[in-house]
Amino acid sequence: MSALAFDRFSYTYPGQEAPALSEITLAVEPGEFVVCAGLSASGKSTLLRAASGLVPHFHGGAASGQVLVGGLDTRDNGPGELARVAGTLLQDPETQVVMQTVGAELAFPLENRGLGRAAVARGVEEIALTLSIGDLLERPVDQLSGGELQRVALGAALAARPSLVLLDEPTSQLDPVAGDELIWMLRRLNEEWGTAVLLVEHRLERCLAHADRVAVLSAGELVCDASPSEMLGWAAEHQPALQTPAARLFERAGLRPPPSGVKEARATLQSHGLLEAGAVEAPAEAVSETHRPRWPRRKVAAQATALSCRAINYELPDGRAVLRDLDLALEPGELTALMGRNGAGKSTLLRILAGLEQPTGGKVQSEGRVALLLQNPGDYLIHERVDDEVDPEVLAEYGLADLAASHPRDISGGQRQRLALAVVLGGARPSAVLLDEPTRGMDRAAKGELIAKLRGLSAAGTAVLVATHDTELAAALAQRVVLLSGGRVVADAPTAEVLSGGWHFATETARILGGQGQACTPEEGGAVLRSKMTVETAP
Amino acid sequence: MSTPAATSDVLLRARSSVSALFGFALVALALAFTHPLVLAAVAAATFGVARLSGVQAKLRGAVRFAIPLALGLAVINALLVRDGVTVIWRFGELPLFGPVDVTSEALVYGFLLALRVVVIIAASALLVAIVNPDDVLRRMRRSAFRSALTAALATRMIGVLTSDARRMDQARRCRPDGGGSGRRAQLLMVGSVASGALDRAVDVAATLELRGYATRVAPPRGDRLPYSRADRAVLASALGLFALLVVGIAAGLAHFEAYPRLTLVTGVTELLFAALIVLTALAAPLLGGRRRR
Repeated sequence: MSALAFDRFSYTYPGQEAPALSEITLAVEPGEFVVCAGLSASGKSTLLRAASGLVPHFHGGAASGQVLVGGLDTRDNGPGELARVAGTLLQDPETQVVMQTVGAELAFPLENRGLGRAAVARGVEEIALTLSIGDLLERPVDQLSGGELQRVALGAALAARPSLVLLDEPTSQLDPVAGDELIWMLRRLNEEWGTAVLLVEHRLERCLAHADRVAVLSAGELVCDASPSEMLGWAAEHQPALQTPAARLFERAGLRPPPSGVKEARATLQSHGLLEAGAVEAPAEAVSETHRPRWPRRKVAAQATALSCRAINYELPDGRAVLRDLDLALEPGELTALMGRNGAGKSTLLRILAGLEQPTGGKVQSEGRVALLLQNPGDYLIHERVDDEVDPEVLAEYGLADLAASHPRDISGGQRQRLALAVVLGGARPSAVLLDEPTRGMDRAAKGELIAKLRGLSAAGTAVLVATHDTELAAALAQRVVLLSGGRVVADAPTAEVLSGGWHFATETARILGGQGQACTPEEGGAVLRSKMTVETAP
Repeated sequence: MSTPAATSDVLLRARSSVSALFGFALVALALAFTHPLVLAAVAAATFGVARLSGVQAKLRGAVRFAIPLALGLAVINALLVRDGVTVIWRFGELPLFGPVDVTSEALVYGFLLALRVVVIIAASALLVAIVNPDDVLRRMRRSAFRSALTAALATRMIGVLTSDARRMDQARRCRPDGGGSGRRAQLLMVGSVASGALDRAVDVAATLELRGYATRVAPPRGDRLPYSRADRAVLASALGLFALLVVGIAAGLAHFEAYPRLTLVTGVTELLFAALIVLTALAAPLLGGRRRR
């Protein structure tokens, strides 16, 4: 019996004409790890909701065909019954918790199954240990960060040890380290508990190496169901936006087949003599002076700056320091990525630079207005119509003129992002634009549009500072990366120098090539590999 | 500013039904007596317990909210009530109010009313701070499933919408024009949070479904937690406070009348009664065990 089986399943949301899912036939076998990929609005989240029973029981609409979850037909069993065999984690962690404390949240699904007090306590302890959230058990949920909340919600989904786990972009709120840890943890559950996993994810490079199969949706149809390597081959021809950086690196270098992850890519390159076994270039400064910081730090420029801060300190009311003695200067037109783990102080720094928060100590200076785009673009949209948010000519400039009469909640995520950017920029050019995690939940096509827009701003002289966990975005956009840790700048250097010298804060290309040639993007990596091939084949 | 560490977490460790009983006993005492000595004793007990339990910050916020309200009541009482006989100020004819004579009885009673409001709000804040809402919901699920479902949804929505409003307010301040000001800007914000509330409520309700709330199975019979030392200590204090309440009312202790003349009985009995209230309330956190490390 399959853990999950779709049989010619179609579904249309209430009030919509076009189906969100069309004739889907897909099976996830027990112990299988399946990744669901696709561009934005391709139907991935709806597929997950159909597997959890929310579609159609909760959302209404018209459905045909059949979905079996652990043998239970979703037509006869609602989300509550299906919860006994399937744990679900949806996108927004804030609405994925329902109790007031972490311990109660983890106990909640177990209590609903009628388990005794001892069994509940044991279940909570086990899942807390599995997800390393034991120290959060007594914390109120409204005091947790987005990443912590995500883990707690995942814990609640897994607490009852379901045979199938359905996850909708679980790493979207997490830094690269926590994101990798989460995927490894899912793989561990998959291998040790035999839990089947259906994972919807945009950042395929993070999870393909762990997947047994990849199901690709496009406009509500299943267009590819294959092994990761076969899927990448298919994507190269049909949907290049779904190619991982490793696949694009191989394509640029003219190598086949596309690798599903770093390990496979390195093995292939080694077999072709393009990479030495264990070749990893250490960060430049770590080689010569072991007492200096591992990462290079950039001196604050003495020349004119668009935005700068000096000796910034920020403490919470309980005395905890978020930022410590932090200096930063952005030159006009400079494109900078601000990176660091969850809780490193990135969002706080952006808020202070934009004047939303006052620092405990230190000074901020700007040449002109500082625009800040916070994490959730929907928060900026407070009117009933798109054209009430900004002037019509600005709408046209951002390619949104056709949506003038739409409600801001009804437009896509990428469109909402552009509209919010138009709102904060306000038509007039600010001296600096700050963006907090702008690519969360975005596909590569939408990321490309955002990068083009930010480059345009930079060319006009606006300094751009992007706080992001997305190393691929940082590599494609930024000239400089500032890495925060514990409220301090621990690295401030050109992008290639920072992102090619690490493991977690490194692009997939840099991890494959071990930092060779400081290549961070597939294009740069492809050039490095091609030059090696040329040298080796030259007489 | 950091919060001083609690010396006892007995009230926080006790089961919610017992902690709630303790909080209700303090509220009931403040509701039943107007005598300033008793009100002062209930206030001392409330703040003392909060201090020992490390939740005084929560009370401070409530008291800050209560004081303007209470002072307003005191002033209104002094201006409007004409039952006292000792006139201390004649305002003459005032529009809407007519002849206004402020009496010392109305003034004193107004301030006692204000003190009572502050004490009741502080005791209620203590009740909220010491009772575990998750435990309350868990117990409610056994007896009143639908009410507990609504309460669970509403409780979570407060947090979600508060955080939405905070984020949206920050986004508003990021607009080039500062998001405007005045009533229209406020209405836009409120409208936007409210229009998102339905979507957010649907999302939280979906999570409740996905965690199996609707198909809840009752726990096995006899699966009850025995009373802990903390439970017993807090229960003893709570019952003691209720006993003092009943005895006080039945014996007509701490008699106070404001009108037509102030009548305030303050003897050894009243002093003893007030002292017993403080000691009984503090007994639980002081004798029920030290804070767990």
